[in-house]
Formats: sequence, structure tokens, C-alpha cells
Amino acid sequence: MSVTYIDAIREAQEKLLREDDRVFLYGQDIATFGGAFKATKGLADEFPNRVFDAPISEDAMMGLAVGAAIEGMRPIVEMQFADFSSIAFNQIVNQAATHFYRTGMPIPLTVRLPSGGTPGSGPFHSQSLEGIYAQYPGLVVVTPATVSDAYHMLLDSVALDDPVIYCEHKFLYRWLKAKSINGDHLPIGQARITRPGKHATVVAYSAMVHEAVRAADRLAQDGWEIEVVDLRSIKPLDIDTVLASVARTGRLLAVGEAFPWGGVTAEVVSRVTEEGFHLLDAPPQRLNARDTPVPYHPKLWAAHRPTPESICDALRRLLAF
Amino acid sequence: MLKARILENKLSSLYKAGKIVGGVYLGKGQEAVSASLGTALIQGKDCFAPLIRDQAGRTAFGEPLIDCTRTYLGSALGPMRGRDGNIHRGRPDKGMPAMISHLGAQVPVIAGMLFAKRLKGQLDGVVGATCIGDGATSTGAFHEGLNLAAVEKLPMVVVIGNNQFAYSTPNHRQFACADLVERAKGYGIGGFAVDGTDLLATAEVISNAVRLAREGHGPQMVVARLLRLSGHGEHDDGSYVPEPLRKGHYGRDCIEIAMRQLVENDIATVDEIAQWQDESAEEVQRAVAQAQQEEVPDPYTEDWTALSTQFPLS
Repeated sequence: MSVTYIDAIREAQEKLLREDDRVFLYGQDIATFGGAFKATKGLADEFPNRVFDAPISEDAMMGLAVGAAIEGMRPIVEMQFADFSSIAFNQIVNQAATHFYRTGMPIPLTVRLPSGGTPGSGPFHSQSLEGIYAQYPGLVVVTPATVSDAYHMLLDSVALDDPVIYCEHKFLYRWLKAKSINGDHLPIGQARITRPGKHATVVAYSAMVHEAVRAADRLAQDGWEIEVVDLRSIKPLDIDTVLASVARTGRLLAVGEAFPWGGVTAEVVSRVTEEGFHLLDAPPQRLNARDTPVPYHPKLWAAHRPTPESICDALRRLLAF
Repeated sequence: MLKARILENKLSSLYKAGKIVGGVYLGKGQEAVSASLGTALIQGKDCFAPLIRDQAGRTAFGEPLIDCTRTYLGSALGPMRGRDGNIHRGRPDKGMPAMISHLGAQVPVIAGMLFAKRLKGQLDGVVGATCIGDGATSTGAFHEGLNLAAVEKLPMVVVIGNNQFAYSTPNHRQFACADLVERAKGYGIGGFAVDGTDLLATAEVISNAVRLAREGHGPQMVVARLLRLSGHGEHDDGSYVPEPLRKGHYGRDCIEIAMRQLVENDIATVDEIAQWQDESAEEVQRAVAQAQQEEVPDPYTEDWTALSTQFPLS
């Protein structure tokens, strides 16, 4: 018996609906249909009047969630694809994110963003927007990479009084399996050493954690011990765990699936350079997607995002410095 | 509405004297509409998202004047504590969310508050309302929010104050339908048009719309035609409004019309109105004086955090 990443997301929502009257689910095609990815399959039957189909109105969906949160509810909004949250951007960054600072009343809502690329999905169903949301004050941004984190971090996100951008990776939905949803249950804001090593640190998050581990496996055949740090949450960013790792290895490669200008990897490199320059034995490196829209064709797509091969190449250059 | 006018005249003076930092946005000429809505709502039960020209509606809904003066004058004791200013203020815990500058954005927020009340089993007899201008009807947020409210059959009232200019842009560069109220049919909601300079007519139409929403007839739209009797903000002299319009029917002052209507219909006497004016002026003076004496926010003791959660979590 195994649990997939998307099972974990569904289980977490079921538990939340069962245990907390304040929770409701709102999104396109999520009620009877169970969602484009089936993350809410069967939940509308089990919890009538708690799971609602929304019109194709991402702005209004988020506005509704903000209003409901003001009234003490804990809405979970499913964006059908992270990419479509651009339509809700105003309500997320200007309404939800500023609310606590301006009025003193926190807005406890969770936005689920099906993120990242899958073969054939193209420019508008593949984006990774965590860096954009993390740039705005007032938001918590999480990026679970494991089945257990997908489950526990969704529960933890809903428990927070602040708005949370929960970035779930579509590639992991059915590909990633675990024996159970149990795990170490680290809190939001704490990174995890996924794989210990001593020659270089790869900082990654979401699906890139798995690509980094694959790269580390390959380099292990040549005797290199690569440490992989899974950030788990982008904001807050656990820079202490990253710095501690860099202190052990002296070398840093930050890997992300988002576009290369700015973003999470730039923040990690910047913070490490600022606070841990003396720990570095080589210039810190970044590896991101290319600076084009995410391409449709699987061959182009595979070369657009970081892969175990490109991570290996980057690490070899880093180790040779 | 009288109190709001007196307060706003004072705000204008303070602005011109350099005592207010940032913008001042007045509801001059729109008080009859705004006050009619605020009066039809019940604070503690209904919710109301005012926009930039709703001092009258805010006051009628129960917002104390001191919330206004504290926010405009940057008092640390106001609802926004100097973190936001002027009309960007609210008391969400009292059913009055604080507007953001992005127009149309409060429409789905009110819908969400009503939606939540329904989930909590507390929607019976409740109304949610928001005001908006002609310009904001061109936003996606307005359309999405109103359509959503219609789909959910929420007891919502949207009052559109068509003051004929969105900042400086006239109606004919904003929309192409003959009258905005025609849009109500497209949303499947109630729609009413009224002369926004006429208090008695406005009060009747808006209270009727609020009643219909309260009784379960779904969202209602009221389009009140009027003219802004000031600039977009006090930095703007509104010189783009053509003279014939200013001198025309909608250029008349709703406060003067209202006073005449009250006297002619034996609702109030001239003396009573004069007394309201004096009392309001005194109240405004007190609210301004108090806010002016209060401490302003201190950047050195400000906590500079936008999250209520304290990280790291253990």
C-alpha cells in the first residue's frame, strides 16, 4: 500500500474538512468533478456544502476567500494551475498580503498552486511562481517536495493565521509515492537535509529536490559526497540550515525550476554571500530554468528546466574550482 | 450627509494648509447616495465596503469621525495606525473592510463575507453592500465579483455612483452601453437607476434595493447618476468637467436639494437643520483637534512585520 503526493493533498483536505468547521474548499471543477487533478475527489459527496465549484474568476475567487477569512473561515482555494493565479495576483498580493499589516486582522487562507512543468504542458500550465509571491510582504510560501510534507505542510498552512501560498508540484502528483504520510513533521520555516554530504551543498525545493538527489547519486559513483538541502518553505527561508551546510561543504549550488531572473535561487546565493562569504571555497552558483516561456515539446521542456545532467555538470564545475 | 460634508470641507482646508500628507478624496456631490446606503444598512449585522467617496455612508453606517481624522492625520491610535492613510481605512471586525486602491476589488470581498455568513448559518436577513464609481465598472474584478455574487444568489447591493468622470475620463471613453443599469440584466440581478442628486428619490430606491436583497432576492444594482462636485482628489481642480455639465441638472448640490426637500416635506425645519450644522461642525472640530494632538507612529518602535505568525516555529 503506497500513498502518492496527490493522495496526501487529498487526505489533508479531508482531515481538515472533518475536523475544522471553518475550512471550506473553493475552486474550479473541484466539487462533483473532483478537480482537474482529482485533489478533491469525493470530498464534495463526503462534505456537502463545504466544497464549491467556482466560476472561472480567479480574482473573485481570491476576493471571496479574503472576505470569508475576515468572517473567521479558513478557505482553501484551488487554482486550477499556478499560472492562472496571475489573474488573482491583485487580491493575493494587495488584499490578502497587506491585510494584517494594515488592519491588524490576519487573513488565514491557503491558496493551492499546482505548479511546475510536466511534459507537453507548455507556457501556461507549467509555471513556478513561488519567487514572485515570496517577494511580497505578508505571505508565507511553501513548496513541499515529499509525500509527508505535502500532507503535513497543508495541515500546517491552514493552521497558520496568515495567507499561505502552497505550491504543489504537478510532476510529483502521481510519480512520487511513499509507504505512508508519516514523516518528521518539521515546522514550516525549517529546511531539511535530505541527503548528507561534505563536498558541495545543493539547495533545492519542490521537484528539484529529487533531481538534485539523482545528480548526487551519479556523482557519488565518482566519490563525491553531495549534500542536498530541501528548503521546504521559501518564505520564511531557513538560511541557518543552508549556512550550516555551506560551512561543512564550502560550496553552494542553488537549484530552482522557476525563471532565472531573481527569485529563490538568487535570494539563497545572495544571503549566503552576505552572511557566509567566509564559508565559501568557490563562487556560489545558481541553476534555474531558461529565460524563455516554458516550451511545449517534451524535448524542449526537458532542456528548459534543470535536470540531473545539468545539475551534475554544474556541480562538477563547482567542485573543480 | 451634512456631517460628512462639513468634515470633508475641513479635510480640504487641512490639506490646503499642508496638514495632511498624501491625498484627500472627497464625496462632494455624492453624499445623498452614500448616506442613503449607509442608513439602509445595520452595523453589527450587515457588511459594507465603502469606496473613496463614501464619507457620508461610513458615518451613517456608524464609523466614528475620529477614525477618519486619525487616519488622515496619521495618528498612531487610528484603525490603520499610520500604516495606511486617508480613505484606505476600515474596521473589518465591525463589518467594514478597508478598501485597497485597486477598483472593483471589494466586490468579491463583500461576496466572500456573505458567503461565509451563509456557511456559518448567519446569513438570514443580512445584507452586504459596496459602492463603486463608473470607472470601476470597467474592471475585471467588478465583473467577476458581481457575476460570482449572482451565481451564489448572495444578498448583495452594489451602488454605482456614476459621477460621469473616472478621474478625468468621461463616460463615453469608459463604456458604450446607454446606461450602466442595463448591465444588471446580463448578470441576472435586479437593477435600478436613480437621480443621485435627489435625496428622497435616492433613499427610496436604495432602501428598496437593500430590502430586496435582505428578503432573499439576490444581488441588486443601483446606478445613481450625479456629478462629482470636486476634483478626483484635492490635488485636482476638475477643470476637465465642461461648464455646461457643472451648470446642468446633475451639477446641483445634493445637500441643498436635501435641505429643501426636508423642509418642504415637513421632515425637518430650517432651525433644526441649522442646529445639525452647528453640532456637526463642533463634532468635526473635536475629532480633528483630538487626532492632531495624538502621537504619530514611531519607526523605531514599529515592529515592521507583515505576518501575524512569529517565525521560527518550534
